[in-house]
Amino acid sequence: MVETGHFALVLAFALSLVQTVVPLFGARLNNQRLMAVGGPVAVTGFALTALSFAALASAYASSDFSVASVWENSHSLQPLIYKITGTWGNHEGSMLLWVLILTFFGALVAAFGSNLPATLRANVLAVQGAIGAAFFLFILATSNPFIRLNPAPIEGRDLNPILQDLGLAIHPPFLYLGYVGFSICFSFSVAALIEGRIDASWARWVRPWTLVAWMFLTGGIAMGSYWAYYELGWGGFWFWDPVENASFMPWLAGTALLHSAIVMEKRSALKIWTLLLAILTFSLSLLGTFLVRSGVLTSVHAFATDPTRGVFILCILTLFIGGSLALFALRASRLTTGGLFQPISREGALVLNNLFLTTATATVLVGTLYPLAVEAFSADKISVGAPFFNLTFGPLMVPLLLVVPFGPLLAWKRGDVFAVAQRLMAAFAAALLATLVTALFIDGASVFAALGVGLAVWLILGALTDLAVKSGVGNVAAGIMVRRLLGLPRSVFGTAFAHLGLGLTTLGIVGTLCFGTEKILSMHAGETVELSGHTLRFVGLHPAQGPNYSEDLGRFELIGVSGSPVGEISSAKRFYPVRQMTTTESGIRTIGFSQLYISLGDEGNDGSVVVRLWWKPLVTLIWGGGLMMMAGAAMSLMDRRLRVGAPSRRRKQASAVPSATLP
Amino acid sequence: MTRKQKRLSVIAGGLVFLAAATGLTFYALGQKASYFYMPADLTTASVQPGQRIRLGGLVEKGTIQRGQGATVGFSVTDTHKSVKVTYTGILPDLFREEQGVITEGTFGPDGVFVADSVLAKHDERYMPKEVADGLKAKGVWQENKSE
Repeated sequence: MVETGHFALVLAFALSLVQTVVPLFGARLNNQRLMAVGGPVAVTGFALTALSFAALASAYASSDFSVASVWENSHSLQPLIYKITGTWGNHEGSMLLWVLILTFFGALVAAFGSNLPATLRANVLAVQGAIGAAFFLFILATSNPFIRLNPAPIEGRDLNPILQDLGLAIHPPFLYLGYVGFSICFSFSVAALIEGRIDASWARWVRPWTLVAWMFLTGGIAMGSYWAYYELGWGGFWFWDPVENASFMPWLAGTALLHSAIVMEKRSALKIWTLLLAILTFSLSLLGTFLVRSGVLTSVHAFATDPTRGVFILCILTLFIGGSLALFALRASRLTTGGLFQPISREGALVLNNLFLTTATATVLVGTLYPLAVEAFSADKISVGAPFFNLTFGPLMVPLLLVVPFGPLLAWKRGDVFAVAQRLMAAFAAALLATLVTALFIDGASVFAALGVGLAVWLILGALTDLAVKSGVGNVAAGIMVRRLLGLPRSVFGTAFAHLGLGLTTLGIVGTLCFGTEKILSMHAGETVELSGHTLRFVGLHPAQGPNYSEDLGRFELIGVSGSPVGEISSAKRFYPVRQMTTTESGIRTIGFSQLYISLGDEGNDGSVVVRLWWKPLVTLIWGGGLMMMAGAAMSLMDRRLRVGAPSRRRKQASAVPSATLP
Repeated sequence: MTRKQKRLSVIAGGLVFLAAATGLTFYALGQKASYFYMPADLTTASVQPGQRIRLGGLVEKGTIQRGQGATVGFSVTDTHKSVKVTYTGILPDLFREEQGVITEGTFGPDGVFVADSVLAKHDERYMPKEVADGLKAKGVWQENKSE
């Protein structure tokens, strides 16, 4: 089985070379037969990669320690779920997952792309094949997951205990679906550059792919943030760690792309910019892969530090980013530019969004790469952390968030900012009220905290105002209003949901950072502690035994108003003997949208235990907002224009009304 | 306004914005980046009390003192020099004697380093990269120790 997987991987590499070369020449010679090779090859390549991945997963599931990667990252006593998720909880397996998703997207283009112009489709598949070929070669040459050990060890070295968590089942696959999903936008852009023209089908295709990739990337980042929050025991949801930034940069650029693609689709303007943005977004995904996989950074994600891997990925990076940008420089002048438009209009608002988002991406990029550059060119070692990003990213985001509610309410072509302001009056008044109430009635609220709450309320109500205005609240009878609301295009809901999610995330961040409380103390069994109105009693430490670990479970009782316990929270120190590693399992109790968070520290000599407690108001909204944004993206994808599985209808639309203008 | 003027004004607006963002970024890099030192570097580098730095090295054997409450004292060493550090909070799970750590904080007026964050390596196989590089440079590190 393992050899079958290995062989399938080699075959998939060979096929990816065919997929690169044959359709490309076919498109060049305008030979239908050669171009038609791309589709079946892409689907077969995906099937082979899936077979290869399944072989590795089954080796992990059955604890086949004769495979080096399984031996290094698994243990026979691990629960089955962690044996399986362990498949991608290491460098080799995670790269295999990367190419699996890449070939999956290629196969999707092959399967659903029958309505694309033949040459565009062939070129897209060729570019997709080239990316695949590079990464297949990378895996086979430097990170082969199928290397055998002889003699086979009897027992494995266990998966890193931090990764033995359900988060590993969700976070990497989602993140990769996002990262790699942008490869489609990249391939479409490069294909358009090869052809030297951007036609109507280009924009129609790029937007749904961007939406899919963005949706998964949002989910992946949110999940990763929540995972780090509860697993690392530090109680933080974002650390501005370079590895987090590596996923955040494609997200920011992808968000900009999502918005500029709307302008391109609706107004056929910003074509060249959108194309460049698509290239940059995937380039940032590649950069992220490089930063995380090369070992230039230290983090939980840097599984191994083998310098040849870093150099190899750097070569891939240079080839694709350099190549595509060079092609852009050569060909962009040939592409027809779109028309100009009024600055006060929907297009204008979306351009402003792009300006802010790309600048924010650039500051994050500088902050992430600057330490590496300093280290490369001098002996100094510096780190750029939260203080830098708070000072640069913050001031860029706040004005953007302030104007978000205006965007969707402005008309295309020529908007009336005063009319929009009038419609937003209620939302603005409510936000002002929220600011004042926070500042006057909540103890310890700083001016910033009050303004933050106001900003979040402004965003949330702004998103709802959009829906209300478009369904005619106040102008029409209730029955008609409901009918109008339900009849709105799904993409309008998508926008409202995503912006609502942004507001919720903002509210969660402001709530946690400005109103959270924290205590560090050493406690004896039986002692109680009070934190922001919640009383906790430390019951004591109780030893327990898990499948592949032993633990000291610290139990706490939440005391209600009546003085009797109303609930229990437990935090644990786990010891994994195979890796000789200790981890902290935080204890969390969700109360409304807020959470009580307990993290257990070391035991003192006198039997007391150091305990760190947090009260985190509204913290769950941070990730709830992320889910809301995902829901918005899913909603947009269901829009009739983009509906998957209705290609014939779309084609009819595309040919009949090339620039269909929906309200 | 003509098309050309309109386009120019949009571009000028964008450039002003970008210039502001660039200025802010460079200001922030100058102010907020924190330098990494090993204990022996501190004899040559001039670090003011209150200046935020990161101090890395090994936790010196036999120096971990748990006082009252949650404050812990220990020394960070690169085998040439060592520096006293205090930290209030929960130490990372992999914090141990003779293991690599990176602490971040400022020097107090008494020369004791007051850390507000302590990072140990993320898993038992790897040393924080800065510490490993620093120890290699000082000839203390054995190449294969980490595996």
